[in-house]
Amino acid sequence: MQWETVIGLEIHAQLATRSKIFSGSATTFGAEPNTQASLIDLGMPGTLPVLNEEAVRMAVKFGLAIEAEIGHTNVFARKNYFYPDLPKGYQTSQMDKPIVGKGFLDITLEDGTVKRIGITRAHLEEDAGKSLHEDFHGMSGIDLNRAGTPLLEIVSEPDIRSAKEAVAYVKAIHALVRYLGICDGNMAEGSLRCDCNVSVRPKGQEAFGTRAEIKNVNSFRFIERAINHEVQRQIELIEDGGKVVQETRLYDPNKDETRSMRSKEEANDYRYFPCPDLLPVVIEPGFLDEVRAGLPELPGEKRARFEREHGLSAYDANVLSASRELADYFEQVQQVCGDAKLAANWVMGELSSLLNKDNLEIDRSPVSAAQLGGMILRIKDNTISGKIAKMVFEALAAGEGASADAVIEAKGLKQVTDSGAIEAVLDEVLAANAAQVEQYRASDEAKRAKMFGFFVGQAMKASKGKANPGQVNELLKKKLEG
Amino acid sequence: MHRLTLAQIARGLAAKDFSAVELSEALLARIGQFDPQLNSFITVTADQARAQAQAADARRAAGENGALLGAPIAHKDLFCTQGVRTSCASKILDNFVSPYDATVVEKLAAAGCVSLGKLNMDEFAMGSANESSHYGPVRNPWNTECVPGGSSGGSAAAVAARLIPAATGSDTGGSIRQPAALTNLTGIKPTYGRVSRWGMIAYASSLDQGGPLARTAEDCALLLGAMAGFDPKDSTCVDQPVDDYLAALNRPLNGLRIGLPREYFGAGLDPRLSDAVMACVEVLKKLGATVREIGLPNMQHAIPAYYVIAPAEASSNLSRFDGVRFGYRCESPVNLEDLYKRSRGEGFGAEVKRRIMVGTYALSAGYYDAYYLKAQKIRRLIRSDFIGAFQEVDVILGPTTPNPAWKLGEKSSDPIAAYLEDIYTITANLAGIPGLSMPAGFVDGLPVGVQLLAPYFQEGRLLNVAHQYQQATDWHQRAPEGF
Amino acid sequence: MALERSDVEKIAHLARLGLDDAELPRTTETLNDILGLIDRMQAVDTHGIEPLAHPLEATQRLRPDEVTESNRRDAYQAIAPAVENGLYLVPKVIE
Repeated sequence: MQWETVIGLEIHAQLATRSKIFSGSATTFGAEPNTQASLIDLGMPGTLPVLNEEAVRMAVKFGLAIEAEIGHTNVFARKNYFYPDLPKGYQTSQMDKPIVGKGFLDITLEDGTVKRIGITRAHLEEDAGKSLHEDFHGMSGIDLNRAGTPLLEIVSEPDIRSAKEAVAYVKAIHALVRYLGICDGNMAEGSLRCDCNVSVRPKGQEAFGTRAEIKNVNSFRFIERAINHEVQRQIELIEDGGKVVQETRLYDPNKDETRSMRSKEEANDYRYFPCPDLLPVVIEPGFLDEVRAGLPELPGEKRARFEREHGLSAYDANVLSASRELADYFEQVQQVCGDAKLAANWVMGELSSLLNKDNLEIDRSPVSAAQLGGMILRIKDNTISGKIAKMVFEALAAGEGASADAVIEAKGLKQVTDSGAIEAVLDEVLAANAAQVEQYRASDEAKRAKMFGFFVGQAMKASKGKANPGQVNELLKKKLEG
Repeated sequence: MHRLTLAQIARGLAAKDFSAVELSEALLARIGQFDPQLNSFITVTADQARAQAQAADARRAAGENGALLGAPIAHKDLFCTQGVRTSCASKILDNFVSPYDATVVEKLAAAGCVSLGKLNMDEFAMGSANESSHYGPVRNPWNTECVPGGSSGGSAAAVAARLIPAATGSDTGGSIRQPAALTNLTGIKPTYGRVSRWGMIAYASSLDQGGPLARTAEDCALLLGAMAGFDPKDSTCVDQPVDDYLAALNRPLNGLRIGLPREYFGAGLDPRLSDAVMACVEVLKKLGATVREIGLPNMQHAIPAYYVIAPAEASSNLSRFDGVRFGYRCESPVNLEDLYKRSRGEGFGAEVKRRIMVGTYALSAGYYDAYYLKAQKIRRLIRSDFIGAFQEVDVILGPTTPNPAWKLGEKSSDPIAAYLEDIYTITANLAGIPGLSMPAGFVDGLPVGVQLLAPYFQEGRLLNVAHQYQQATDWHQRAPEGF
Repeated sequence: MALERSDVEKIAHLARLGLDDAELPRTTETLNDILGLIDRMQAVDTHGIEPLAHPLEATQRLRPDEVTESNRRDAYQAIAPAVENGLYLVPKVIE
């Protein structure tokens, strides 16, 4: 039987506000336990929430970026359940009237095709604290620093059909929230977390299969592996005559498997109702206009502009717009050197391999955009050849010079363009290879073309790579024809 | 000295007839002497009171002369007081020493009030007899066999017995007005949002409102003026200037249009109470008011709607009492569920558990629409009744309660009977309008009250009518024998 | 529709309220009385009426995004039942 995978994702993005969604506590990651837990975050009796304006602004930014309807009147609801990391016994969230309604995000698949993923809704809510399971005499420890951190929960339609698509979608959301400056996207610190709803159905069947929800998957790699594993598990289960149970599962990256979270299995009845401590949040058109005016250029817009303005291919434009930092870097290089194509090639080629090799983000690149742009300028004005440029680039990466010019100067890599000097080198080469010269002159056109490369190679070798290749070609041709 | 009202105290302190320290000492002594009969205080904060009184005297010596500077009061034990146990009269908070002050507490302290302690109440403000307190029932100074009303029963008993001139209270379904009526006091529940709820431990967030209980409308005006006002820490608190309630007191009542809702005078109302209300109307007529009958057709639905909305909100509000971060924790819990169930099962009293259960059920899957949503729709109908009525009249007048105070234990085994006592007061909470109860006579030696209701933010009007009535009558001056 | 003992047990579990077995019959009876009172609502025609959540129908005020709280852990944990190394202790949480 041919199976089709159906995936819907719920992404929790921690909003990059300074203070919490309902209190004035700091949201800094990594503080000592419970030092950023105020009266409100602790759910002390008599305390009340007041909504952070910036959290609303950030949610609206996201909504506008996915072309969603922004709710005019937004209501916060209480989701009631008992858990030690949930101080009030309820999570303040949104149910019926989320701030962001239906929208979409276009993702580019590996083969370059663009797929539109529907976004059902995105709503604001407060994060819970953390339970630490180290053994405190058989007890768990509760840290409520994270409690009350604003979250935007982004719920996709079940439009995703493979683990790879899921990863592409999460990457696109990741890029988008970082473009918007509303989330730092740090998955290792839990700033962006993903719940994957996975089901399978026989190909061609309309109805969805029963889904399992894999909770809290926190890296691109794990998302792919968790989904693939879960799909496999479900298919095997069904093919063996079993049935998928609707449940919450946890992905264990060490064992590379998902397992059922029995503790959360009991039928939850969250008793949602409008939070009586908060009033409806009304988003006025003026506020929307203000937020819209402040939106940065979004990944899709940037991609289109890169194609249009810089004449990049769709593929190059997609790669270079993947993150705001990379795109900014590319554009700086392009501005310095004035050559988009060369800039793109260098950023996607040498620079990317360098960063990959050392596992660095673009903002920690050892070669600055100004340095790379300056180096490309020297390729363009024939000071160095492409081949020498790689040496210069490596030297810059190793910190052996403040600029390409300094490296070229210090290492004497300047290209030889003086035709007299080149002719002298060529004369030496031809003299040293007199037999080959004879043979060349006796050959037909096809043979000559083959042999020509030999002489170029000898000439470049003799000049230690510094002779201008164009001039070498030109002058060599003249001399051989001679 | 204990017979003085807040207004008289202000004059006495200003004239240096006595100091704030002397006054506080006298009242602390009275509390020590008389409260064992009443059980109106849960905690007496004598040391803190002395320090506050000294500070008030020092401020006065330095030239300050605020009307409440040095005025002794006490707080209902659901207002958080930093460094002082704030119990909500519950075992679950018996060990809760609040790490912060409620806004009301802060504002009154800033005005120079001297807090003598924390007052008994129904557990988590759930009740109308003050019999559900973990610290035992409060007795009515007018007859110590009788209940003082609730939930602000400690506030009412302490003020009525002249242990303190005034107190704070809170009113979710009548918890200021009903005990005021049953103990011959004046008490006002302000418009929802007029007084900050920050630090006032929640029962039902969309209904709760703090306010004063005192012996006169004038004292209520003094205290409410200091309690009310915008608080950025409470999202539901209204950003609107506070009227000058004292200035409003002396307006003549000429042309005041009073509405008597016909629904208030039907079956269930003690006819002797009905007579007291009509006698009050006659006095107000003499003062220039005109009277007409009005209709509040949805009033009869208020009790069912209230007993859905209030427990629903309470069931969620009280989830934070889980034995993890503060308050009571059961002995040696074997697992998490045991920790929750025993801490809450042992920590909450019967009435609180009952309301949590009702609220939990009303919000649970499959019942939300039939209960919670339905109740909220009725809530709108009730509000519309008032909005309509206030097109025709300036204030609505009726009995505060259907009966005078009853005997301790008489209704404690029948929650429904106790719920029905709220019939006249809960509509104001559902609609969010202000309501005041004032002394209006006696039935069998027990005081009864008249309730006045007004449109949103017309607290000044209510205090004005009550003050004018109190200039013409002396019910409010009667003191219980033996106190 | 009256609540059964099992319904009451379910509600008590949702609300995490430990009830004695001995209390259950009485509690069930009282809850049914209260629900009987509440059910009088069902007779009211509320067709086309919008629910009212807050009496004033005001809108939410927004707070500027500023850190106003400092670390007061010691004061807050002084009233906690069980803490260690700055953490609140609870019986083991099993996921």
